[in-house]
Amino acid sequence: MNVDRRWRISLRVVALGYLAVLLLVPVALVFYRTFEKGIGAFFESITTPAAISALFLTLEVALITVPLNAVFGVLAAMALVRGKFPGKRLLDALIDLPFAISPVVIGLSLLLLYGRTGWFGPWLTEHGIQIIFSLPGIVLATIFVSMPFVVREVAPVLKEVGDEQEQAAATLGASNWQSFWRVTLPSIRWGLAYGVVLSTARAIGEFGAVSVVSGKIAGETETLTLLVEKRFQNFDLAGAYAASALLAVIALATLVFMSVFGSRRAES
Amino acid sequence: MSVALPAKGQRSARAGLPSGGLAMGLSMLWISIIVLLPLAAVVARSLDGGIGDFWDAVTSRQAISALRFTLFVSLGAAAINAVFGTLMAWVLVRDQFRGKAIVNAVIDLPFALPTIVAGLTLLALYGPNSPIGVNVALTKASVLLALLFVTLPFVIRSVQPVLLELDHEMEEAAASLGARPGVIFLRVILPSLLPAILSGAALAFARAVGEFGSVVLISGNVPFDTQVSSVFVYKQIESDNPIGAAAVSVVLLVLSLLVLMAIRGLGAWGSRHER
Amino acid sequence: MITVENVTKRFGEFTALDDISIEAPDGKLTALLGPSGSGKSTLLRVIAGLEVPDSGKIVVSGNDATRLPPQKRGIGFVFQHYAAFKHMTLRDNVAFGLKIRKRPKAEITAKVDELLHLVGLDGFADRYPNQLSGGQRQRMALARALAVEPSVLLLDEPFGALDANVRSDLRAWLRRLHEQVPVTTVLVTHDQEEAMELADRIVLLRDGKISQVGPPRELYDNPADDFVMGFLGPVSKVRGELVRPHDVVLSDRPEDGWEEAMVQRVVHLGFEVRVEVVRHDGEEVSVQLTRAEAEALEPESGSIVWLRPPSSAKVSA
Repeated sequence: MNVDRRWRISLRVVALGYLAVLLLVPVALVFYRTFEKGIGAFFESITTPAAISALFLTLEVALITVPLNAVFGVLAAMALVRGKFPGKRLLDALIDLPFAISPVVIGLSLLLLYGRTGWFGPWLTEHGIQIIFSLPGIVLATIFVSMPFVVREVAPVLKEVGDEQEQAAATLGASNWQSFWRVTLPSIRWGLAYGVVLSTARAIGEFGAVSVVSGKIAGETETLTLLVEKRFQNFDLAGAYAASALLAVIALATLVFMSVFGSRRAES
Repeated sequence: MSVALPAKGQRSARAGLPSGGLAMGLSMLWISIIVLLPLAAVVARSLDGGIGDFWDAVTSRQAISALRFTLFVSLGAAAINAVFGTLMAWVLVRDQFRGKAIVNAVIDLPFALPTIVAGLTLLALYGPNSPIGVNVALTKASVLLALLFVTLPFVIRSVQPVLLELDHEMEEAAASLGARPGVIFLRVILPSLLPAILSGAALAFARAVGEFGSVVLISGNVPFDTQVSSVFVYKQIESDNPIGAAAVSVVLLVLSLLVLMAIRGLGAWGSRHER
Repeated sequence: MITVENVTKRFGEFTALDDISIEAPDGKLTALLGPSGSGKSTLLRVIAGLEVPDSGKIVVSGNDATRLPPQKRGIGFVFQHYAAFKHMTLRDNVAFGLKIRKRPKAEITAKVDELLHLVGLDGFADRYPNQLSGGQRQRMALARALAVEPSVLLLDEPFGALDANVRSDLRAWLRRLHEQVPVTTVLVTHDQEEAMELADRIVLLRDGKISQVGPPRELYDNPADDFVMGFLGPVSKVRGELVRPHDVVLSDRPEDGWEEAMVQRVVHLGFEVRVEVVRHDGEEVSVQLTRAEAEALEPESGSIVWLRPPSSAKVSA
């Protein structure tokens, strides 16, 4: 379709303009504000004890959550693509749930299950296990919200690859496990990588659900995102910007990885 | 294989290969523990005081105000991004310019950026310390702005692959029959894109309805004014009113489920003409 | 030797194999031939263990293999679309079966080199499948299957995905390979020319049942029915009977009892000439002549010729 040149330019301008006004300029401004006072101030801001503990907590949560998501993701993708069981449709639908539910509702659901007055509350208290207002609660909330990403990226790749290579492996003597490890997994590795990156970004960036279940205890259950909020509430705008910039850098790194893994996936 | 075998569902399990049964079982178990069980707790708690309490909670003036505002502003954001999203998908697929790949990557920023940071960045440019003098903080518009930000990629990413796959020959045929570009777009291209646009918009809507982090800072969460349902639920939790929180949450859950079903329906409708 | 005894296989309502019993003799190449939907691929996959029959028995090298998974049957399988391990080099692909069996590295390297040489892919060991042509990939697939020294080699339309000229090259190559390495081989194909060229024995399948079994010549010269005749080679119909176009004799002079017909078209196909004639009752007959015969006859569109009556030509039973 030969849209004439004026149309093309105007569409481009509108599209890029919208992007700039909504996305690019605000983010650029935050970076500007962050480093306005110099790199030194920035570093000071992100190396306070609270900030360091927030960073470690965030990473710790991600380190637990993402591998679990990866395992579940591959399992669920295998079930959806290769499985011949009824209930496949149900699993497919359920996997989409975390996308559509408000993070606050997710936090509430965990509260009502593992909190003091929740279903498991009395049992947990009896056994001295703390889930809400502690690391396990944050982990559970983060798993909930970031669960679908790996499945959704691996399943199409698995489907595309087909199972002929596994059949060949079987005729060559490979057991199910050998076939999975040596043939299936390598064939989906870029889809898996892409899904892991998305899952990690989501895990690091989670705010709403964690707001509800963590108790926001500084130095203990305060993640980076919660730190941003706290600093803002305490009128420490510069500090909030600094933490935000850190998170934004992680986000940009995520975009880079998405680009790289995305094209690798397309190539294979 | 040369044999024309009947539909996949009828084939018996292949010998010597995993049939997915174990994977299926484990996946369902995991999802039940992580997702279904907690959600069941919400539904149960909302009914703790019987239907009466449930109804009171969801029909309280504040709850209704929040819900109405949420639906309205979410629909608005979805609609606006449906238009702009389609436009941007078009530019990304059909146009050529330097830096296009970077622009394409940047579109995913709202997916990658934490929502609280998104809110903060919008506040920086469009809040009280705005360098350009635009201050929408504490207004309804600020909520719309935040929702536009977080739902930006949905329609774009939904439409892009469809546009890429679109059969150029259809457009060429239309042109050879005398149709001008505008007509071609309206009668040939848009109908093919419609399911993708709608399902992207539906996803955007579902996301917008539940959005919390980006809205919290910039809107001020003023009850009866700029308070959205997710913030309302949060306040209910803070005020130690679990039944109220759970009740409104159930409403939001039902809404989410309806939207998810609609998206599935759109998917089926969209591929009805596929060979 | 492979024995298939009374194997039946259904997919839902569709019966792919209906009480099939065949034998594939040791060291020979048996072709499973038939049109789409005849069940030949299904039969091959049942022999391989990639499908489980609803009833019947499979015996491979004297052992009842019916319940065995493909891993345990000692087979080599070559797929139509190669099923190459895309993320492994050629060397690793061919070595796969040996690595699974935990053979020593030196042995593996030697064997892989030997096989790559056998299939003519010596310099390609470190390439990836996507850097190779279809024909090269298929040769690699064969090397891979042969690496584990199978007692039986199963080929599922191995040349189906290749260009015509590559196909004929590989066909000749496979024939030579089989003579060098006479593994019991079963080949599935829908191409009767391929079966004729490669097979020691042909099993012709139709709708899940066996139409005829025998050496290629046998099926061609003594077809069991019209279907076999029509499938194995070109046929012309003369007065309701099936004849081979090259068995129809033409004359430019009236002969006793021969029938008159008019030449419609003469098509020169390299060293054969096809003459399409129409008989008085309107029936069209396709006749195949050698160039020499055509030069002697000099048929032209519109000229009159005489057909030898079918009773003295080769006719189906």
